[in-house]
Amino acid sequence: MRILVNGASREIRAADLSGALDELGYGGAVVATAVNGEFVPATDRPAARLTEGDRLEVLAPMQGG
Amino acid sequence: MLRLYDVELSSRLLLGTARYPSPSILTEAVKASGAQVVTVSLRRESGGERAGQGFWSLIRGLGVRVLPNTAGCHSVKEAVTTAHMGREVFNTPWVKLEVIGEDETLQPDVFGLVEAARILCKEGFEVFPYTTEDLIVAERLLEAGCRMLMPWGSPIGSGRGLNNLFGLQSLRARFPEVPLVVDAGIGVPSHAAQALELGFDAVLINTAVSQARDPVGMAGAFAQAVAAGRAAYQAGPMEPRDLAAPSTPVIGTAFLA
Repeated sequence: MRILVNGASREIRAADLSGALDELGYGGAVVATAVNGEFVPATDRPAARLTEGDRLEVLAPMQGG
Repeated sequence: MLRLYDVELSSRLLLGTARYPSPSILTEAVKASGAQVVTVSLRRESGGERAGQGFWSLIRGLGVRVLPNTAGCHSVKEAVTTAHMGREVFNTPWVKLEVIGEDETLQPDVFGLVEAARILCKEGFEVFPYTTEDLIVAERLLEAGCRMLMPWGSPIGSGRGLNNLFGLQSLRARFPEVPLVVDAGIGVPSHAAQALELGFDAVLINTAVSQARDPVGMAGAFAQAVAAGRAAYQAGPMEPRDLAAPSTPVIGTAFLA
């Protein structure tokens, strides 16, 4: 299915958020996730089902003021 | 000692981590500043580049506390969601809450700020609200559960210093027991010293250090200014006068005309 990952269209096979992160190259990374604007805690990722057209945000630590 | 929520800090300088020429200069600047708290943010991470992982590793290596911000958020929902994401990634209840109302001045949307602060405080966050010097907004933020305030000196990145001196002094006088950290707008060490001389508890600085020709040198200069300003406040500055008052005793002056 196609979903939006950080604003870019991506094709993924995984049906859950945890699998999608592995597939997209985030395995082991310190990131926080939101699907369709709602925060999904790391503990909920395996149970979070993704559907066609979902908007996934994957955020990581960055410089800030 | 400075106490922010339940944490005691010996440094009264909080430092931002953005816009340094290189990671090594950032590292050296943090050390030179003596800061025990640095601000950090969250941004989109690419699964290929994983740039954020290296940055996080660098920050962890510094052994300082992190204060995640909600920079760039224009709505209550965005700010609250970003705060949740920051709490998970950085493993801290602290959040520098920014709800931006207007892009040219990056002025806080104080209505959204109070609403977001109320939500986050109830959820157990320890909120550092980036606000104006407005007294009523300050009252509302404290009612919402904030136990400290971060009034702006002047717009973020402007380097204009303490833009509304009277307003800031009123804020200090109105809330003598609340930790107040001047955040944003400080451009040179004398601005920071002035804030501390007025009794503000600390300053948060980023651009003034990171955009200096020598950020490490400037970080050290700010550390000295903050220490001097605090020492001056504790020593009790003299009252200004409108006319001159001779410092040399007049009694005993020779008559030589």
